[in-house]
Order: sequence, then structure tokens, then C-alpha cells
Amino acid sequence: MSEYILEMNQISKEFTGVKALSNVNFKVEKGEIHCLIGENGAGKSTLMKVLSGVYPYGTYEGDIVFEGIIQKFNKITDSVETGIAIIYQELALFPDLSVYENIFAGNEVKRGGVIDWNQTIVQAKEMLKKVNLDVNPEMLVKDLGVGKRQLIEIAKALSKDVKLLILDEPTAALNEDDSENLLKLLGDLKKQGITCIMISHKLKEVISIADKATILRDGETICTLEGSRGEIKENIIIKNMVGREIDDIYPKRENKTIGGKILELHNWSAYDPQLSRNVIKDVSFHVNQGEIVGISGLMGSGRTELALSIFGNAKGYKLQGDLVWDGKSIVFKHPSEAIEAGIAYVTEDRKGDGLFLGQDIKNNISAANLKSISQNGVINQNEEIKIADGYKNSLSVKAPSLEQIVGNLSGGNQQKVSLGKWLFVGPKLLILDEPTRGIDVGAKFEIYTVMNKLISEGMSIVMISSELGEVLGMSDRIYVMAQGEIKGELSAEEATQENIMQLATQ
Amino acid sequence: MNTLKEAKTLIQENIRDYGMYIALFVIILTFTIMTDGLFMSSRNISNLIDSAGYIAVLAVAMTLVIVIRHIDLSVGYAAGFMGAIAAILMTQAGMPVYITIPIILILGIVIGLFSGFLVASIGIPAFVATLAAMLIFRGALLQVTEKTGTIIIQNDTFNAIGNGYIPSLLQFNGLHLLTLIVGLVGIGFYIYSEISNRRNKMKYQFDVVSTGIFVLKLVFISAIIAYITWILAGYNGFSWTIIIMLLVVVIYHFISTKTVLGRHIYAVGSNPEAAHLTGINVKKITYIVFGSMGMMSALSGILFTARLQSATTTAGTLFELDAIAAAYVGGVSAAGGVGKVTGAVIGAIVMASLTNGMNLLGVGISYQYMIRGGVLALAVIFDVLTRMKR
Ligand SMILES: Nc1ncnc2c1ncn2[C@@H]1O[C@H](COP(=O)(O)OP(=O)(O)OP(=O)(O)O)[C@@H](O)[C@H]1O
Ligand SMILES: [Mg+2]
Repeated sequence: MSEYILEMNQISKEFTGVKALSNVNFKVEKGEIHCLIGENGAGKSTLMKVLSGVYPYGTYEGDIVFEGIIQKFNKITDSVETGIAIIYQELALFPDLSVYENIFAGNEVKRGGVIDWNQTIVQAKEMLKKVNLDVNPEMLVKDLGVGKRQLIEIAKALSKDVKLLILDEPTAALNEDDSENLLKLLGDLKKQGITCIMISHKLKEVISIADKATILRDGETICTLEGSRGEIKENIIIKNMVGREIDDIYPKRENKTIGGKILELHNWSAYDPQLSRNVIKDVSFHVNQGEIVGISGLMGSGRTELALSIFGNAKGYKLQGDLVWDGKSIVFKHPSEAIEAGIAYVTEDRKGDGLFLGQDIKNNISAANLKSISQNGVINQNEEIKIADGYKNSLSVKAPSLEQIVGNLSGGNQQKVSLGKWLFVGPKLLILDEPTRGIDVGAKFEIYTVMNKLISEGMSIVMISSELGEVLGMSDRIYVMAQGEIKGELSAEEATQENIMQLATQ
Repeated sequence: MNTLKEAKTLIQENIRDYGMYIALFVIILTFTIMTDGLFMSSRNISNLIDSAGYIAVLAVAMTLVIVIRHIDLSVGYAAGFMGAIAAILMTQAGMPVYITIPIILILGIVIGLFSGFLVASIGIPAFVATLAAMLIFRGALLQVTEKTGTIIIQNDTFNAIGNGYIPSLLQFNGLHLLTLIVGLVGIGFYIYSEISNRRNKMKYQFDVVSTGIFVLKLVFISAIIAYITWILAGYNGFSWTIIIMLLVVVIYHFISTKTVLGRHIYAVGSNPEAAHLTGINVKKITYIVFGSMGMMSALSGILFTARLQSATTTAGTLFELDAIAAAYVGGVSAAGGVGKVTGAVIGAIVMASLTNGMNLLGVGISYQYMIRGGVLALAVIFDVLTRMKR
């Protein structure tokens, strides 16, 4: 019998108007990797925030027992001192500081009240070795990719003598290689006796790594599956998560009718004056009307930059080459011109540059197309409510009302609001940048279904994605990018995981 | 019983908004008691609102500047400078009032647009750009008033803007008839808009407060408007300053809540990158907001100069800080995207009430500054705390 390192008993947490958790029980044994899964808005992040003291003692009901003692955390540092470290859905590093400064931020190596920088660097190197990361600790964090940043977050947690490590969707923003790396590291940490809770929507990872998996739905514990009993299987998980079975998460499309070229790029290059280098090099590609074009590639391969350069040159690159839209050569100088022409771009970083987090669902959905619901600049607010409500329902955004502040929605529901905002523009070409990042299987299925419906209505979609399964499952054609160039084009039939990765790592 | 409970949760949820009104109420009550009712006398209230007017119009525009995460420090001396220009145009160039005022307002817009240019197109932080502008206007004001010193204005029409009252039409039991009519129309309009608003929300199954609370709120607000109207009608009625101030507030409130422009301003404040990718022209919005700030500086200059019936070398001193303070007391947030123009007006009235009340009580000027500083700090602390709780 092994002991429980953590027991969360009868936890309930309410926000004004939303019961996020009700009587949740969650038990974790020492030294195991325990996955926490559930649909968007099920309450996973909230449960972990209760555990780590983000929501202090007294703002929730129930008990947290850690190492046999009832804990009453008033702030995050309380839980850190007890040996609980949490790595949030959104990374919390300082991009302009160096790796070693980040690792010891808030936990500085001091001698007599003065920071000992040399010692800091020495210790930072040790920590980096523990997470198998080979970078110079003096590099700035902003110059590192997301995968490496994630490892730095873990190194930071390790520097604080962590006993229980919590990762909230750690691989959501990582490519396959980096993800694998991270999972391997979690395995290593387990061997050193560190207990780990991981929230993830990627079932494959859960299956490969979890000793146990607890499933939440609508703020309640549904069950805890045990790997030792052979219960951690895709169909069992999905059934418990969604409450029904989904046969094929990539729904098939009937009657494809692919039309002429809607967008063409010829020898397209983009020079970023801030980085003073070319982020896009000599790209030629096209999108046909009524097809889904997948763009695959590793992080930093220039996919987002390509989208931005098309979408009204939003970042002010110096562009070269030819963009042909609907048969006409054209130059978009501002996103508004691209939108006007019929292009919509759903950003990959919905919090950073996608949504107005402080505003409500209604304002976010209408933001890009206020013109259509206003007369002489005055908004018809009834019409606005009607439309926003329509998208909220058709995309099944889980929220008590349209007046809910978007910053308080769960990640997946935020993504749906983002999508709704751009569907309202009624685009001819929809560019989706990582459309299902951080989204649960049920909602993924819904989004794929929406995509298919849009296509059958004659829209074209460019889907940038790091998730190979989704690229393979949804695309009609696939371009693979690396180092700002297109390395190859594959038809849906010939594309495989292997030949995509081969092109991407060329 | 239920109504009481609902009222309690309502206050808890909107504590930030209501907190300001409660604070204002406490301030008024305190001063009224301490001055044996002198504070609430017709004459004093009339005087108080007039002295809030030239700050309120600044605060309203300043709120939008802060909403888009900028600041404008130049507005005080800009107001003083433009007031002086108005005085010079009328006294030395002999220009008629109805030409002078539009010219000054346009000059204000141009000045504001120039700040907008420095901030949006050149990329200078607003703090620095407008600090430079503040110094320049300070110098310019001294320059134009150097030879003459204080410029006395003898134009009655112009001076009426700061001192005059709307015509009464008829005296009615010693009360000012037109003022009563305006007040009644105001109440009618308020009730109408609230009811139609509620109806709309119900049509879309939005949450609305219960009928009890709704009626209570209508009666309460109407009673306040009626009371203020009554008080003012007992003296000289509504002053032109009040009318101008109300107009400005109504227009800004309308723009910020009902129009595309307003939405875009708050979008830019809430997340500039997202706004850009939403197709909003962030630069244009910045220009417009600074342009409006410039125009309100001009209006403030006109109101103040008219009130003093002269342009002085020190006109406009510290106006910018009063306006910023009023905006913060009114609930604007430096993090951007949050803040109501109606809040800014209440903020301006809170600050003016403090000054006025303390003057009546004969509190020394040194203490006055400290108390006003304390109130500003308290308001912002309250703001931060209530936001954190949510
Ligand atoms: N601060 C808040 N105020 C109001 N409601 C909130 C707040 N934080 C979370 N919620 C609500 O609580 C519920 C649970 O949210 P939570 O973020 O825990 O979901 P999640 O399981 O992590 O979902 P995801 O997989 O999408 O990240 C959601 O309905 C969300 O809208
Ligand atoms: Mg979450």
C-alpha cells in the first residue's frame, strides 16, 4: 500500500454565478504521474489553483491534505514552501531576463542579503542538466523556443525542492519532438521520487505516461482510471469525459467540390525589421476555393509569420513578391484591408493578441464586424446581442451569459469565442493558427465539424497546426514549412507522419 | 426581504460603481452637517457645480486618454494658453464671440492632434511628449500675457458662459421655471431610457434586476435629479456651465457606449495588439482621443476664462492633475480598457465638493492639498482591492 501524498476532499468553489467545482475528490499517491482530464471548463485549472493557493483558504470549501496535514494556503508562496510547484497554462517567465535569472526569480541565491550571481549561474547549470536542457544560462529567455521555455519552467520548480509538480497543459504549445522530450523528463523525475499532476487534452500523451487519470466533468469527479488495471484507454477516457462515444474525431466530409484558386503567393518573402532577417523566404503556394490547406512545421518555422504577412502585413514586414487574391494582384497594407477583402485570421495566441480579455463575450464576438450592425456609427445593440448569442449557441460556448468576461472563461471556451468573432466577419478565407490548442476532444470534434460545414458552404481554410494527427485528418493538401521556406507539398493521400516530419526537420 | 437580499448582492457585485456614489453622499452629508446646512444651500451648490465644470470636461476626455493607456499632462497650461488667446482675440483683435469660440475649439483640436502625432506616429511615450508640451504651453501662456499681465474681458456674452444662467422665462413662486422644465425633461428622459433598456434586455432573456429594485432605483435617481433641480431653481437656475457640462457628458457617454468609435477606443485600451489584428486602426483611434482631449482643453480654457472674466498668467495651473485625479476617483484603470466617462464627472464633483466644503469650513490650504491627496489614494486603493476580489 502506498500512501497518498495529496488528498483533496469535497472541494467546492463558486464564482459569481458559476459553480466551477462541486464536491470534488482527488487523491494522488506518492511518486505517481497522475493526469487530470476533462472537457474545457470542467474545472481542472480551477482545482489546481485551489491547490496552489491562488484561491486562498476560505474562498473554497473542503480540505486539502498534503503529506497527512490539512493545509491552509493563503497565498502561492505558502504552497511553494510546502513543496508544491505549479506551472500554469500560460508560461510565467520574464522574456527580457536571462535563463539563470528566470530560474531563480523569487528564490534568489543570496549571501548576506546580496545576490551571489556567480553561484546562481553555477546552480542554474545544475538545474538545466537535471532537465536535460543544453543552453547557455546567460541567454535571454525571449530568444528561446517554447519547448525550451517549458523546460526552464520545470528547472525553476526543481530549484525550489519540489515534491509535487503540477503542469497545466504543458505540451499544448509544443511540437511532437519537444513534447516527447518533456514526457521523458517527467518519467525521469518520477524515478527521483517527484510526484506529478499533469493536465492535458492530448489523450495519446495521457495514455503513454499516466499511472492514473482522474476525469472531471462539469465541476464533478467522474472517476479515477488506473493504468495498472488497464483502464487508461482512449475510448474509456472519451466516454467518461464527454459522456458519449465519439467514433472518429476527424469527421469525414461528403461531396467535396474544390474550385479555382482564391489565394496565390508567388516568390513571397518577408523581412522583419525588428529581427533584421527574412522570416519568410521565397514562398510560393496557393489555396483553392473549398479546400482545407494544412500548414505543418516545427515551432518557429515561419508559419505564423506567413499568416501575418498575408493578413494585411500586420507586423509591418518588408514584403517582396506577389499576392494574388481572387485573381487580382493586390497589396494589403493593414489588417482591415484584408478583412475587407474577405480574409480572417484566428491567432495562435488568443490571450496575447486574439481576445479582449477584460471585455465580455458579446463585445469580443462583434469586435471585427461592428460595421455590419451599425448605422452612422451607432451600434444596433439588439442586433449585436442576437448575433453574439447565435454564435455562443452554435459553437456551444459554455458560459452563464453573454455578459461573462472572456478572461474568466476556460481556455477552450476562449478559443470558441475567438472563432465566433471571425466567423461573424463572413470570410472567404479563414486562416486558423493552431485552432485546437488546449481544446478538449469533444470541442475539437465540434470545431472540425464547423470547419467541414464552412467548407461545404464554399469557404476556404488554411490550418496551421503542430498537431500532426489533425493536419493529416483534416487537410486536403499539406504544405510543410521549415526556416521560413516551404519544403514540400503533399496531397492528403500521400502524406504520412513520417514524410511530414522528414520535410519539417530538413 | 428578498428585495433587500438582492440589493445587498447587487451592491456587493457593483461595489466599485456604487462606492463612488456612496462616498459622494458621505462627503455631502458630512459637510452639510458641519456647515449647518450652508453646504447644501442653493447658492453654494450652484457655485460648486460651476467650479467643477472646467475640470469635469477635462476629466471626461482624460478618461478616454487613460483608457487607451496614455496620459496627457499638457491639458492644464494648454487650457490656460487657449483661454488667453481667446481673450486676446476678443479684446485686441475685436473678434466677436461666436467666431472666437469655434476658432479656439479648433485650435484645441489641432494642439491635441499634434500630441497624438508625437505619441502614435513618432512613438514617444505620452508621458514625455505631453510633459514637453506642458512646458511649452506654460511658456507660451507667459509670453502672450507678458506685456499686458491679466487681460480683462468685458464681453458679457462670453462671460455669461462662466457666470450666467439660462433665462427663466417666468418666475414661478420664486422658482426658476425653465430650470424646472429642463429638470423634468431630464427625469422623463432618464426613466424612458431605463425602461426601454430593461425591456430590451428582457426580450433577450438577459438577467435583469427584479421589478422592486428597478422601481426603487428609478425613484431614487429621479428624486436626486429633482432635488438638485429644485435647489438650483431656488437660486438662479441652471448655469450655462452646467448645461455645457451636461451636454459634454451626454455626448461622450453616448459615443463611448453606443458607437463603433467608442467600442474601438475601449478595444484599443483593452488589448492594442488584438485591436490591430481585429482591423482597428490603432493610430487613428489615438489621434481621435488626443484630438478630443485638445478640444476639451480648449473648452476648459474658455469656461475658466469666462468664469474669471479675465485671462491670467497662472490660468490652468494644476488642472491636468485635478482632471487625472477626477478620472481615477471615477474608476478609470491605468491598465487600460476600463473606465466610464460618467464616473469621471462624479469624480470631478467629489473633488470639487471637497475643496468647496473645506473652504466653507475655513480649512487651511495646506491641509486641503493633503486631504485631497489622501482621498485620491483611498479611491485608487479601493479600486484595486475591489478588482482583486473579483
Ligand atoms: N475568475 C473566474 N470568474 C468566473 N468564472 C470562472 C473564473 N475562473 C474560471 N471560471 C469558470 O469556471 C469553470 C472552470 O474553469 P477552468 O479554467 O477550471 O476549466 P478547465 O477545466 O481548466 O478548462 P480548459 O481545459 O479549457 O482549460 C469555467 O466554466 C470557467 O468559465
Ligand atoms: Mg485550464
